[in-house]
Amino acid sequence: MQDKILDKSELDAFLERLGKEHDVHAPVQNGGSVEWAAVDSSRDLVWDFTNTGVSPKRYIFPQTECMMRFRNRSDDPEGMVMKEEPGLTRKRALLNIRPCDVKAFRVLDSVYCQDEKTNDVYWRDKREKTLYLGLACKSPCPTCFCTSVRCGPHHEEGLDVLLVDLGEQLLLRPVSDKGQELVSHLSDAPQEAVQQAAKQKEDAEAAIQSRVDLENIMARSVLELYEAPMWDREHESCLNCGVCTYVCPTCHCFDIQDETQGEHGRRVRNWDTCMSWLFTYHTSGHNPRGSKKDRYRQRFMHKFKYMPQKFDVIGCVGCGRCTSRCPVNIDVTEVVRGMNEQE
Amino acid sequence: MQEMTQQIRESAKRLLEQGQVDCVLGYRKGTVPMQERPFFAYTPEDADQLVWTRFCVNNLANFLIGRQDRIAVVAQGCVSRNIVGLIQEKQLTREQVYVLGVHSPGMVDRGKVQEHFPNRVIHSVEEDGEELVVSGADFSERIKVRDVKRNNCYTCTHRNAVIHDELIGEQGKETGGGNMDKVAAPWEKLSPEERWERLEETFKDCIRCYACRDVCPLCYCNQCFVDENQPQWCGKTVEETDVLTFHLLRAFHCAGRCTDCGACESACPVGIKMRMLTSKLEKDIRELYDYSPGLDLESTPPLSVYRPEDPEPFASG
Repeated sequence: MQDKILDKSELDAFLERLGKEHDVHAPVQNGGSVEWAAVDSSRDLVWDFTNTGVSPKRYIFPQTECMMRFRNRSDDPEGMVMKEEPGLTRKRALLNIRPCDVKAFRVLDSVYCQDEKTNDVYWRDKREKTLYLGLACKSPCPTCFCTSVRCGPHHEEGLDVLLVDLGEQLLLRPVSDKGQELVSHLSDAPQEAVQQAAKQKEDAEAAIQSRVDLENIMARSVLELYEAPMWDREHESCLNCGVCTYVCPTCHCFDIQDETQGEHGRRVRNWDTCMSWLFTYHTSGHNPRGSKKDRYRQRFMHKFKYMPQKFDVIGCVGCGRCTSRCPVNIDVTEVVRGMNEQE
Repeated sequence: MQEMTQQIRESAKRLLEQGQVDCVLGYRKGTVPMQERPFFAYTPEDADQLVWTRFCVNNLANFLIGRQDRIAVVAQGCVSRNIVGLIQEKQLTREQVYVLGVHSPGMVDRGKVQEHFPNRVIHSVEEDGEELVVSGADFSERIKVRDVKRNNCYTCTHRNAVIHDELIGEQGKETGGGNMDKVAAPWEKLSPEERWERLEETFKDCIRCYACRDVCPLCYCNQCFVDENQPQWCGKTVEETDVLTFHLLRAFHCAGRCTDCGACESACPVGIKMRMLTSKLEKDIRELYDYSPGLDLESTPPLSVYRPEDPEPFASG
C-alpha cells in the first residue's frame, strides 16, 4: 500500500472526515500528564508525548461494564427477565494510539477470542467497531523495552494506519483495508518523506536502551521457573496493590458481580487484579495463591511463561508503565532478567 | 545525603554483624529516576545497597507489620510516628524494632519535577545540595528542591524521628514551614454542595488500584471493608458511589492515626490528592482532642478510647 502525506494544517479536515462515522479519541494534555479523551479539533492533539499514564485498554475493555440487566418478580409469569445491553452505538477511532498499545489488543484477542466458544461478545463488539490510527514513537522512555517483546516504536501489527510525525507534515501508512480506504484521497508521500520516516524508525529503535532476553525462559520448564529461588526475596517490597495490573495494556482479568436492588439488577464486569488475595480466594476458605510471593510470581509467570506457552504470544508489549508507576519500583525488566538468568 | 547513606550502611553492617538484628529495612537505589525502593538487608553485604536520598517516599513502617524478627528500620519523623502508632495499636513491640532515626530534609514529588519538563523524557535526576540536576537525552537543567517537595513535606511538623535507638546524622529543623490548617481550611468555608463537588472532582480519576491503602501503615486490617462480601459494604465498580464510599470510609478509619506521611499521594498512579480529606481530619483531632498521632508511646489514640467527657460539638447543633 502506498504511503500518504498530510499537512498538519489540513488535520481538521481529516478529523471532520473521520468524525462523520466515528467518535474520535486521542491522547490530550491533562495537567502534567497526557491522558485519553474525546477530541474534535486538531488543537487538542499532542505530538511530543511519551505515552499516556493509563493505557487505552478501557476503550475495548472498560474497567466497569454492564453485561446485562435483569428483573426478578415472583408474581411475574415470565419469571426472571434478562435484557441484553446494547453494544457500542457509534464507531470509534483511536487516533495517535501508540503501536505498543495496539499490539496489546492483538495479544488480548488471543485470550478473548480463542475459538467459537471462547469469543467474548463485549470485547469483540468494541474491537470491531474501532479504527486504530497509530502514532509512531519518537522518544521512548527509559522504561520502554518494546523491541525485546516482539513489538517496536513503529510496529504496525493491529493498526489500520500508522502515522509518522515529520514536523509540519504527517506520513500516513495504510496497514489495513480500512486504513487504505481512509487515506486513499490523500496525496502520495514523496520519497524524502518515506526516507525520513524510515530514519525515524531506526533512531527510535536505537533509543531503546532497555533490553531483555527471553530465550532461557522459553526453554525452561514451568516448574523450574516456578520454583526458582529468586521469588523468595523479590516479592518482599511488593505492596500487592493493583497499580501494575490496572495501568497495564495487557492485564485482562475481571470479576463479575450481580448488583441487585429490589426486583431489579444488573450484571457488571469489573477489572480485577491477581495481586489481591481476594482474587483467588475460594468459598471454602482455601486460597491457592495465599501468599504475597505466590501473587507476585503469578503476574510475571503469566505474561512471560504461561501465555507464550499456551498462545504463542508474550503477555507484555514493553510499554514500561508498570515499572514507571509502581509505588515501590518493582521493575519488570529486572524481574524478567532474573527469570532468564536462573541457574 | 551521601554522608547519611554512608552512616546508614555502617550502622546496618554493625547491627547485622553483631547479630543485634536479623534484618535492616531501608531503601535501595531505584531503577527509574526519583524512585527509591524499600529494601531488606539481611547480610552486611546487602547493607552496601542501602541509600538515603530525597526520593525515599515510601513509609517503611508499613513493611514492619506482621514481622516476627528483630528488625532495624530507617525512620524519619513521619515513619517514626507510624512506628509509635503501630506499637500503640499492638501491631509491633518496642523491643522488636531498632529505630535508626534520620532527619528528613523533605522528599521530592516526582510529579512536580515532571511538570517542570512537560513531555520531556527524564533520564536521570541527581541531588546537588539544595538543587536537583535533571537530565534527558538532550538537556540538563537545575531546579530548586524547595519548589518540588511533596505537599505534605511543606506542612511537616516533625522532621526528626520521635523515637530512636540510634541517630544517623544530626537532628535538624523540625518543621517544614507550612501550615496544615490552611490545607484543611477550604473545607470549612465550603457549602455542603460545594464540598460534594470538590469530593467528586478530587476522586474522579480513581482506578481502584488501592495503592493508597496498600502503601499506608494504618491500613493493616486482615480484611479491608472493601474486600468483604458478606455483606458487601462497597461495590466493585469505578462509578462515583463506590469510589467515594471507599475513599471516605478509608479516610475516617485514619482519623487520629494519620501522620501525614504522604505515601498515599506519592503512590497514586493517577495523581489524586487525598490529603484534602486527611488534612481536615488531622485538624479536627488536633483541635477537638488536643492530640497529634504517634508522638508518644504512653498516650492513647483518642478514637480508640471511650470517655464520657469527650467533646461532641457536632451534637450541640
